[in-house]
Amino acid sequence: MAREVTLQRKLTFTALAWLVAFLLFFPILWTILTSFKTEAEAIASPPTIIPTWTLENYFEVQARSDYFRHFFNSVWISVGSTLIALLIGIPSAWAMAFTPTKRTKDVLMWMLSTKMMPAVGVLVPMYLIFRDTGLLDTVWGLVIILTLINLPIVIWMLYTYFREIPVDILEAARMDGAILWKELIFVLVPMAVPGIASTLLLNIILAWNEAFWTINLTASKAAPLTAFISSFSSPQGLFWAKLSAASTLAIAPILVLGWLSQRQLVRGLTFGAVK
Amino acid sequence: MGSIALEHVNKAFGGHQVISDVSLEIEDGAFVVFVGPSGCGKSTLLRLIAGLEDTTSGAILLDGVDVTDQGPAHRGLAMVFQSYALYPHMTVRQNIAFPLKMANIEKPVADKKVDAAARVLNLTDYLDRKPRQLSGGQRQRVAIGRAIVREPKAFLFDEPLSNLDAALRVNMRIEITELHQQLKTTMVYVTHDQVESMTMADKIVVLNAGQVEQFGSPMDLYKTPANKFVAGFIGSPKMNFLAGAAADKYSATTIGIRPEHMRISRESGDWPGRVGVAEHLGSDTFLHVHVDGAELQTVRTEGDKDFAPGDQVWLSPDPSRIYRFDRGGLALR
Repeated sequence: MAREVTLQRKLTFTALAWLVAFLLFFPILWTILTSFKTEAEAIASPPTIIPTWTLENYFEVQARSDYFRHFFNSVWISVGSTLIALLIGIPSAWAMAFTPTKRTKDVLMWMLSTKMMPAVGVLVPMYLIFRDTGLLDTVWGLVIILTLINLPIVIWMLYTYFREIPVDILEAARMDGAILWKELIFVLVPMAVPGIASTLLLNIILAWNEAFWTINLTASKAAPLTAFISSFSSPQGLFWAKLSAASTLAIAPILVLGWLSQRQLVRGLTFGAVK
Repeated sequence: MGSIALEHVNKAFGGHQVISDVSLEIEDGAFVVFVGPSGCGKSTLLRLIAGLEDTTSGAILLDGVDVTDQGPAHRGLAMVFQSYALYPHMTVRQNIAFPLKMANIEKPVADKKVDAAARVLNLTDYLDRKPRQLSGGQRQRVAIGRAIVREPKAFLFDEPLSNLDAALRVNMRIEITELHQQLKTTMVYVTHDQVESMTMADKIVVLNAGQVEQFGSPMDLYKTPANKFVAGFIGSPKMNFLAGAAADKYSATTIGIRPEHMRISRESGDWPGRVGVAEHLGSDTFLHVHVDGAELQTVRTEGDKDFAPGDQVWLSPDPSRIYRFDRGGLALR
């Protein structure tokens, strides 16, 4: 009897899990399906579920604007800002995790508080600063701003991972003659690889998806894929199928990256929570 | 060479004074043990010598050179941690070779040194394993190997045997002592275990509340403790103390008698009492005797003496082995 009950529970939970997963994935699935429909099918009511599988939207999207230029801008911006954020974040988190002071918690809270401010509140001053420094519509400008935006998250994540590392081991390295940078490179970083890797992945995803600043501070040269999508919501009206095709193209790389690294991401995000 | 001198060293964390005005001279080649109850500052004192903590005031000299402001990486000392603190992502070989790598020693030379250290410590078969695949004792050996390859000026041990089981602890104690006899390098060893301190040390520093209570050879401390604290801390089982009329007789505030110097008899003696717990160790028996108007007294007798709980007995001290202390706890000589 007991075994039947568990089997029943197992089935219920499995079905529930699939349902939740499906609900979460549905918008992406619908976007992908729509991208293979004709424009008429895309706005049909009741909606057609199975598309005619036309690639026309993709050709037209590529013809109207250069996907690969946007793609490479996105790569530069997300990878560049992530690497710089790690370069700043690792020493910062090291300092706060291993030599905490009375104010460490406050500093961390203050960093997080910068994420609580609505970005649009500083749009005008930021725009003017970017304009006057010549950073407007440059990849470097976006790298700088995305580094600054995501730095609090990077430091918070790294800080949590580093706190799991026994300070004895770093002290042993110091006794063994390791000066500061050698201690970081040879001991801290290799021990924190799972944590650093998931910080890196999550930050690339966040930077890839960041839309507010990347759209507002670019025009054409430095525009990444977020701007690429928004350029398809044109004044002449929405072309759902083309917009979907553009969106699919924009999310595909990050979707693949997320899929390939899901094991690492989950392991990193639950680091310390599960012993 | 590895002489260590501390001159009026103070350390405070926030407003809390952990080390108060400690001055010490550790000779080159000595095996010195810092011992004291937990929280006495012995680990902090070791970490100050290591450079892992900064002094609040005072100076630390290595071979006569002031290193107070130097970081741990520049002092040329090696440390063995209680937690072993091995690098989990490196093999045993890489762990032992790490200090050599930091000193930019060429790989062939480093390999030779690592192999030699591994031979001494019976680690040759484990060089390619990761620390997690080793037992506690083996991990401790790797930690020691990592310390010896670089031929430091001195070794610092921070309670290195606390995480080992009792049998292994005795073995490692002997191994470390033998290592000291072979290398003849200065060793500073922190422990809370007075048996370790007595058996291993050339000189013992007894610490209490951040101050040095006494510095001397194990037998000095045992025979002529400077005060009541040292008398009670050194020796196992612990010294018995008696105050009041019993002490007045010897014109002292308190007198101390070690359990091995207390005579027990069923017929007669100085103080009547009743046997409480009897601990039979085989070779010895420790009898805990309730004496009227005094603390519980411990008596060490031969293992075959037959006393049972509840027996009425008499205790009397060996008159030549009575320690006398004044009101402030200082020894009267």
